[in-house]
Amino acid sequence: MLIHYPHKLRTLAIAAACAFGIGSAHAADITGAGSSFVYPVISKWAANYAESSGNRVNYQSIGSGGGIAQIKAGTVDFGASDAPLDEATLKKFGLGQFPIVIGGIVPAFNVPGIEPGKLVLDGPTLANIFLGKIKHWNDPAIVALNPGLKLPGKKITVVHRSDGSGTSFNFTNYLSKTSPDWKSKVGEGTAVKWPVGIGGKGNEGVAAYIKQLGYSIGYVEYAYAVQNKLGYTRLKNAAGNVVAPEAATFQAAAATADWAHAQDFNLIMTNASGEKAWPITATTWSILYKQPKNAEHTKVTFDFFRYAYTQGKDAATKLDYVPLPDTLVQKIETYWKDDFKQ
Amino acid sequence: MPLNPALDPPATPPSSSAPHQRADARHDAWFRYLVRACALLVLAALVGAMLSTLWGGREVLFGDGLHFLTSSDWDPVNNIYGAWAPIYGTLVTSLIALLLAVPASFGIALFLTEIAPPWLRGPVSTAIELLASIPSIIYGMWGLFVFVPFMASIEPALSATLGRIPVVGALFDGPPLGLGLLTAGIVLSIMILPFISSVMREVFQTVPARLKESAYALGSTTWEVVWHIVLPYTRTAVIGGIFLGLGRALGETMAVTFVLGSSYDLTTSLLMPGTTISSSIANEFNEAVGLHRSALIALGFLLFVVTFIVLLIARLMLRRLALREGRS
Repeated sequence: MLIHYPHKLRTLAIAAACAFGIGSAHAADITGAGSSFVYPVISKWAANYAESSGNRVNYQSIGSGGGIAQIKAGTVDFGASDAPLDEATLKKFGLGQFPIVIGGIVPAFNVPGIEPGKLVLDGPTLANIFLGKIKHWNDPAIVALNPGLKLPGKKITVVHRSDGSGTSFNFTNYLSKTSPDWKSKVGEGTAVKWPVGIGGKGNEGVAAYIKQLGYSIGYVEYAYAVQNKLGYTRLKNAAGNVVAPEAATFQAAAATADWAHAQDFNLIMTNASGEKAWPITATTWSILYKQPKNAEHTKVTFDFFRYAYTQGKDAATKLDYVPLPDTLVQKIETYWKDDFKQ
Repeated sequence: MPLNPALDPPATPPSSSAPHQRADARHDAWFRYLVRACALLVLAALVGAMLSTLWGGREVLFGDGLHFLTSSDWDPVNNIYGAWAPIYGTLVTSLIALLLAVPASFGIALFLTEIAPPWLRGPVSTAIELLASIPSIIYGMWGLFVFVPFMASIEPALSATLGRIPVVGALFDGPPLGLGLLTAGIVLSIMILPFISSVMREVFQTVPARLKESAYALGSTTWEVVWHIVLPYTRTAVIGGIFLGLGRALGETMAVTFVLGSSYDLTTSLLMPGTTISSSIANEFNEAVGLHRSALIALGFLLFVVTFIVLLIARLMLRRLALREGRS
């Protein structure tokens, strides 16, 4: 039997070598799991990092909830979550967390006759649209924000995510921060009870619905909106300025967010105070044990993220993510030094 | 004991065949155990899956009493869960799928066994089997990008015509989104069509030619032969095939998720978005923790229960039919 299938055997041997990391003698294999939002950029970083250091990073995109469960169980070296863990949980499990990369969430719309970027909205108006209180495109609240724009008297179709996602979490967090009504009636979460609208699965589902159903509005990740050339809105931020979603405004949000007072980077960047800050800016947190069972792996993990923060900037930008501002990276380095056993 | 076995040939056949028989009996016993184990494996898997979903969903199923079954309030932020909207969506989409797929499958099977010229049977049968092998995600993509825009274009006409009829009208009243319960039901019907029609075709072929020939000889039309001879002869298998299709419709996930619109609002309109048990689970399981996860597992348990009830109804129907036949 075995003699007859040398080819199969060889394949098996190679597969085994890959699985058990026999290929590279000295390199460490670290594993991570969680948020699907950062999966594209982490896999790109991992490929580049493996070339330069020989260490391999295996990241499984299983969702933030799964990532948190895996790191708590200690089956991975780092977890990744779109929502930060609170202080009590971090303390209870001896975990620490820090941001990985920045992304933005943009309201996307499809109204014939209105070009991308021409429509301006603010938090309370957006919340009222998603609450079903503002039903038509020519509602006085929208007209007031868009003088000179010809708005049709058509019904608004609201599109939201049907699957639990960090995108929804950050979006509903922003609505909760800007609209007390939204906060009391709906609240924030990866999945919420949407008062109106239809649910699309994933960014692609939401985008497809927005494209097909005219006079619709939804929200998608910035990278997705750019790659699919969706009509995005500009937003009025906390400082009262109208800003467009782009790398500069995302970085402004990350730079002006109040990290100094955020223990363990437990801060959601939405509605940041900066002059030019995009109000729905989001990040994903990497979660690790502060007293790891395998200190060597934690060291490699930090090395990987250090690589990502410095040499990985181009790769992130190419994938339409926004690298962390240098000030924030310095804070993270200090955090690693002070809080983690390496 | 014979001193020389060669001198005592008559003794050898029984002494050598007895161990043979014993060995045969032993092999038979092993074989019995083996096949019994195979059968029990299915049972064990079924019971195991049921118990583990029941256990996983216990916090929600036993936590609030009947609230989970009767309420349609699904609010992950406040940890309030009611399963009625997904149950309703599952039943309605499957019912639409059956209403459309059963007559069409019947027509296909009838055409292929009774009417089609022999050279056409092969290609059409193959086409139907190919339809069965398309992965459901492909149906989902096709549904979302091709079928939903088409439905959106015809729904205003549906609302204007069927929507005007007094009672039925409420079913077709709504905004022309293109997605919703009706669209999901139609996509499902295409998906279950090959299952039902290939079972029907197979069993229609088993009807003895002499029965049909006799009916034809008595002057029956093709329709009369099919309705009075073929269908009664194959009834049990046909209903079995229909329930095979229904089973698939009840559990179908991806295709439905793409075209259903995922909304927990209960509406009478078939043009409005809804949700089903399996699509709720597929949508939310990834990010669900705590009670939310428990509620989704409990939904999985409910799908067992719903499927079981549907199968039970099928069995009862068959029994009623058999009884009536005995009486007439």
